[in-house]
Amino acid sequence: MSTADDASKHAPGTGAADDRADGAGGAIIFAFVIGLAASLIVGWVVFPKLLYSQKRQPIDFNHALHLGLEDQNCESCHFFREDGSFSGAPALAQCIGCHAEVQGDSPDEIRFVEEYVQKGREVPWLIYSRQPQCVYFSHVAHVRAGGMDCVSCHGHIGESERLPVYEENRISGYSRNLWGHNIAGFKKDSWDRMKMDDCAECHAREGVTQASVQTTKEGCFVCHK
Amino acid sequence: MKIDRRCFLSLGVGAAAGTVLSPLPWKITDDLSIWSQMWPWTPWPAQGENTFTNSVSTLCTDGCGITVRKVGGRAVKIEGMAGYPGNEGGICNLCAAGLQLHYGPTRVREPMMRVGSRGEGQWRTVSWEQALGEVSRQLAGARKAGTPEAVGAIVDQPYGSVPALFRRFLTAFGSPNFMYTPTMADAYAAVLRLTHGTDSLVGFDLEHADYILSFGSGIIDGWGSPVRMFRAHSQWKTDGATVKQVEPRLSNTAAQSSQWIPVNPGSEGALALGLAHIIIKESLYDYDFVNNYASGFEQFRDLVLAQFSPGNVSRLTGVDQSTIVSVAREFARAHRPLAICGRGQGRTTGELGYFLAVHALNALMGTINRPGGVWALPVPDYIQWPEPPLDDVARGGMAKERLDGAGSAFPVARSLPHRLAAAIREQKPYGLQVLMVSGANPLYTLPGQTDLQQTLGQVPFIVSFATHMDETAAYADLVLPAPSHLERYEDVASTAGYPRPLIGLARPVVPREGDTRHPGDVLIQLAAALGGSLQEAFPWPDYDTCLQETLADRWEAMLADGYWANDRFQPDNWDAAFATASGRFEFFPDAVKDGALFQPLEPEGDAAQFPLVLIPYDTARISNGPVASPPFLIKTVADYVLKGKEMFVEINPESADALGLREGSAARLTTPRGSATVRVHLSHGIMPGLVGAPRGLGHTAYDDYLAGKGVNVNALVGAISDPASGLDAAWGIRASLAKA
Repeated sequence: MSTADDASKHAPGTGAADDRADGAGGAIIFAFVIGLAASLIVGWVVFPKLLYSQKRQPIDFNHALHLGLEDQNCESCHFFREDGSFSGAPALAQCIGCHAEVQGDSPDEIRFVEEYVQKGREVPWLIYSRQPQCVYFSHVAHVRAGGMDCVSCHGHIGESERLPVYEENRISGYSRNLWGHNIAGFKKDSWDRMKMDDCAECHAREGVTQASVQTTKEGCFVCHK
Repeated sequence: MKIDRRCFLSLGVGAAAGTVLSPLPWKITDDLSIWSQMWPWTPWPAQGENTFTNSVSTLCTDGCGITVRKVGGRAVKIEGMAGYPGNEGGICNLCAAGLQLHYGPTRVREPMMRVGSRGEGQWRTVSWEQALGEVSRQLAGARKAGTPEAVGAIVDQPYGSVPALFRRFLTAFGSPNFMYTPTMADAYAAVLRLTHGTDSLVGFDLEHADYILSFGSGIIDGWGSPVRMFRAHSQWKTDGATVKQVEPRLSNTAAQSSQWIPVNPGSEGALALGLAHIIIKESLYDYDFVNNYASGFEQFRDLVLAQFSPGNVSRLTGVDQSTIVSVAREFARAHRPLAICGRGQGRTTGELGYFLAVHALNALMGTINRPGGVWALPVPDYIQWPEPPLDDVARGGMAKERLDGAGSAFPVARSLPHRLAAAIREQKPYGLQVLMVSGANPLYTLPGQTDLQQTLGQVPFIVSFATHMDETAAYADLVLPAPSHLERYEDVASTAGYPRPLIGLARPVVPREGDTRHPGDVLIQLAAALGGSLQEAFPWPDYDTCLQETLADRWEAMLADGYWANDRFQPDNWDAAFATASGRFEFFPDAVKDGALFQPLEPEGDAAQFPLVLIPYDTARISNGPVASPPFLIKTVADYVLKGKEMFVEINPESADALGLREGSAARLTTPRGSATVRVHLSHGIMPGLVGAPRGLGHTAYDDYLAGKGVNVNALVGAISDPASGLDAAWGIRASLAKA
């Protein structure tokens, strides 16, 4: 039966020459262009919007204001503990020194004192630079031993008056800052991306041996615990 | 323009090309890989500042000194405490896995009253006021009826302030029935009472011995204080010490020893006397000790020379005569020989004759209270409370005989809970109305479970002070939730052979979860509720104050260091060590009588019906006390011991051939006490005719993670009261194994 059908489809008068004649070739090209354009738009424009959810920080923190009041720069709040571990985002205990009472009249400040300080609740800060759990990153090795400054990886967040929107990857659950804002993964400045390639690039450039302190051997387990 | 199938294909090709040229596939691949490497449902420890708290874990036999790492209020890791005596920074696997128990799903968080029949698992939560009201009503009822002795308590340890509070409560109440779970420490205490005439704890100066003859002790299988034993064992290897292991099964200890001497189960004591025979016959013993500080040697010598010749001993033990002779000579000629006993982990008490025989071997070599030898330590005496005041009812009750016969029928024993079931069943000398259980889990650990459960069914009121819903709590009428080992203060007196007095301090490491109360607090509150002389006996406002006052000037040091130890302790010299009638070491105490005590104990059961012999064995990978093995431990168990939920028993291929069993065969294991379906693992490391089964599996309570794994071998073995000490002397039971 199929043979008969095929025969009828390829009967004289219905061949390729007729396709061209009735404009089917143009339609094919047109369809290709439509498909190409649509998927490019989806991939470059729609997809990034769908991939990330937009979240606001619980309190809109003003880095610039605090940096002006403190005398040890970033380390006034983001300090190293005695054991060398890095404190990261400040805990409430650090804020209470100044913020036991409301300072000024900013609504965020009032909310911070009333909802968090007075109730003794920690602020659930969203951490832009939090690496996946499988990554072991030591601040002390980079800042103290390597002499790097904060800006190299974190950019000029310290000079900002408002916190940027936190974009959370709906699949992995991590911040957009790791991949970078450019969806193609291109970067201009060293703080634009925080992927493994960026670690490797700097380590290679600086000639840093990526060996374990304990075993003096290189390997995945130096950074991936 | 005609749109046909090819247009759609073209659209698809275009879309595919566009997609490839967009970041979509590459970005999704990257995100998916991150997602799949870190499943969002996998728990990760909280990030934050690490803080460390020193404490003592009360889960294992002797208490491990621990350092708990915390992030915020949550404990995330338990490690050994550096500098803790014996452990020196090490930790046993059960204490290391303690977080799984602390944060486990079957923690009891509020008082629960039984609804429905016993053990059915139907509960209703009640307030503490209701719970304590019910207990005081039950207790007051017993006093009103003039039968305060009908109230009993079972705890896990004999020493420490919590057991002491239970004992005090019962005494002031009027009941002599304070019981704890006896271990090899009790068998040794009985031996020291008979041969030294003192109330002592046994200690072993293992680190200074150079020839260790172990009569079944699982040196690296959890005997004594497990971490200290591992360290000592490594030290011996470094120093070139000799370790000879006498036992019927190739345990880890036997495999790591200089020589494994397979012996018929139950005949270890006979082998010790066989060695004594050679040592005496060849005059290899310590003349100074035997002639000047010992008594009864002549009787002992005559008995040993007459009955324990190498030929006889070889027949009893299955060890050939030349081995007996050579080991005896090596032992006697070693610089610092030490013989130790207590089978497996020493959680079972064993025959008094076996302990006496091994102790006599040490006495012959004069190693008692000497470097590298066996030491008699004073029993912990830091609890110095005035005697509780007794009213008439209490005096009447305290004059009664104990239900378990300790102190009366068996004068050297202090606690014989395995005899409780018979006393309850026969109501002799009287019945039990109220049973309090704290820290112990008799419905798992005591032999002959089925029997025991039926018997305990006759006790009208059982109250369990429990951290977890263990087997005993599950069978109780009222469960009073206790804070976990990481949530409370408690003193832990070391009793497992550390050769210096040592008290550890467990302390709250994390905030308490749930509505729990410390058993010590509950007793103080119950005493207050009952009033009168009971209230007078408990003058403390709460347990923490009681503990602080009890430890007195040790308290501050214990808070700072986590323990108190008498580092300068030296055992008494021979001229001051013995308080027997003769003032000397007694080789042949009256309890030995005609020497029948030294004959190997026959296992329970008819040899014709049960041709094999079941011997439970201990492994350091499985917790076999009152606490069930958390998943971290179970994961370390080989799949020829436990596979899924099925337990394997070990048998010799020779026995397996005769029974038509092969590796992995399902089989029905039957003993006079019960039966269970098991699988078979063939091993040349067990003597023919024996069936080895791991102890510590087969929990029925707790939760899905802890319960239903294997068989509780305690349920298959019955107790046999030792004729002299009354302690459970059973080392196994006759059994049959048939293809299932």
